[in-house]
Amino acid sequence: MSIETLEQAPVAPVKEKEPLFSKRRKKIFSDPLNDDNPITVQVLGICSALAVTVQMRPTAIMAVSVVFVIVFSNLITSLIRDLIPNRVRIIVQLAIIATLVTLVSEVLKAYNYEMFKVLGAFVGLIITNCIVMGRLEAYAMGNSPKDSIIDGLGSGFGYAWIILTVAFFRELLGSGSLFNYPIFEKIGWASFPTNGLMVDSIGAFMVLGVLIWIQRTKTGYVEN
Amino acid sequence: MRQSNLYVLIFTAIMTIVIGGALSVTNQVLKPAQLKSIELDAKTSILAAVMTINKDEDDVLAIYEAQIKGLVVDINGNEITTNDKGEPVLADKVNILRNFKKDPAEREYPVYKFSSAQNQGAVEAYIFPLYGSGLWNGIFGYLALEDDLNTIKGISFGHVAETPGLGARIATPEIQDRYIGKTIFDKNGNLTSVTMQKGEKRDPSAFGEHEVDGMSGATLTAKGVNAMLDQYLRSYEKYIKNVQKQESI
Repeated sequence: MSIETLEQAPVAPVKEKEPLFSKRRKKIFSDPLNDDNPITVQVLGICSALAVTVQMRPTAIMAVSVVFVIVFSNLITSLIRDLIPNRVRIIVQLAIIATLVTLVSEVLKAYNYEMFKVLGAFVGLIITNCIVMGRLEAYAMGNSPKDSIIDGLGSGFGYAWIILTVAFFRELLGSGSLFNYPIFEKIGWASFPTNGLMVDSIGAFMVLGVLIWIQRTKTGYVEN
Repeated sequence: MRQSNLYVLIFTAIMTIVIGGALSVTNQVLKPAQLKSIELDAKTSILAAVMTINKDEDDVLAIYEAQIKGLVVDINGNEITTNDKGEPVLADKVNILRNFKKDPAEREYPVYKFSSAQNQGAVEAYIFPLYGSGLWNGIFGYLALEDDLNTIKGISFGHVAETPGLGARIATPEIQDRYIGKTIFDKNGNLTSVTMQKGEKRDPSAFGEHEVDGMSGATLTAKGVNAMLDQYLRSYEKYIKNVQKQESI
């Protein structure tokens, strides 16, 4: 967990009667989608981005789970941020995340056992997903609950769209299907040569690399 | 105040109670649904060895209830009905993984008899559970034999963590269908397990009665599958021979 790599500019104090979708809030939401994306810019959460993106369906479930965990842990942390003793704050954050993740895992086990078997360990590993803890430490500990929810949604969707994009190409090129629907077979190209490299983790690195390349060409972001 | 030791202690104590309480409640509330999911999953994989299951449409539990009859045997092929404590032993309740960790001679071996929907008296297939080690972690499955207890009717495999695209292919119909029609006894009646070969030819005619095509890049998983099949067939051998004897009379 590399919390120290996360730097977050302190957000200006909230003025009274700010509209729900003010410019500032829109920025909180949209920043992590592109300019400050957790995966492609901050390079956090790579482990799960490689592990669960072989097919679209588990990836979608994973994306929903992460958004849920990140939004609610942000909200809870923000609500009790003035009560949390500074010396044990990391433990408290971890406990909040672990509780939410266990909830997700239990619900999956009860109502979608298929996915529980596929994702099993990886849902548990959301606990160690640096994106979630990073947001708590860098944002929710110092901002209002409303802003924290928006920040959580932004980071969650920033993570979600990247892993869904990676999964889209990996399943399409690696298995020739999307959401287990044999797409090439249906358009009459049954002999489509699937690429075994894509179902391996290497495929995820390649897709992710290309994504980062395209994104950084467009935004002009340079690591210093 | 927020930094005092007492505050930290009280805070963490309350947090632990709240979180612990919330998680226990969730666990208790969701337990029935979880057990049902696990049962459904196990029964689906048993039936998958003999028929194609459409998870969205078929009522797996009803089919299982109507067409599967389970019993438990020991290594000598004798049926076990009660355990040491006098409790009844049911095929549905036998934990394959827990038994796998015991010595083969002491394991409980469930057998699932499958009968057709039309004629429920006659056994159409015998289904045996399998468990073994793949390359990275456990592999498991169900083997279905025709009523001659020699020809393979179907097989289903699952795995915990085989390499996607390589060893994980054992869970696909592509690999499992290769076993259909193979036999486990040679001409002299000796048990000869079906072995997956090294390399991949993709030509079914190149293989004998006790051989199936291999998986390119997954030879170690294939070795695990071969060892698993061989071990469990040997464990069930006495039961299989008993039934064959009874049928021939």
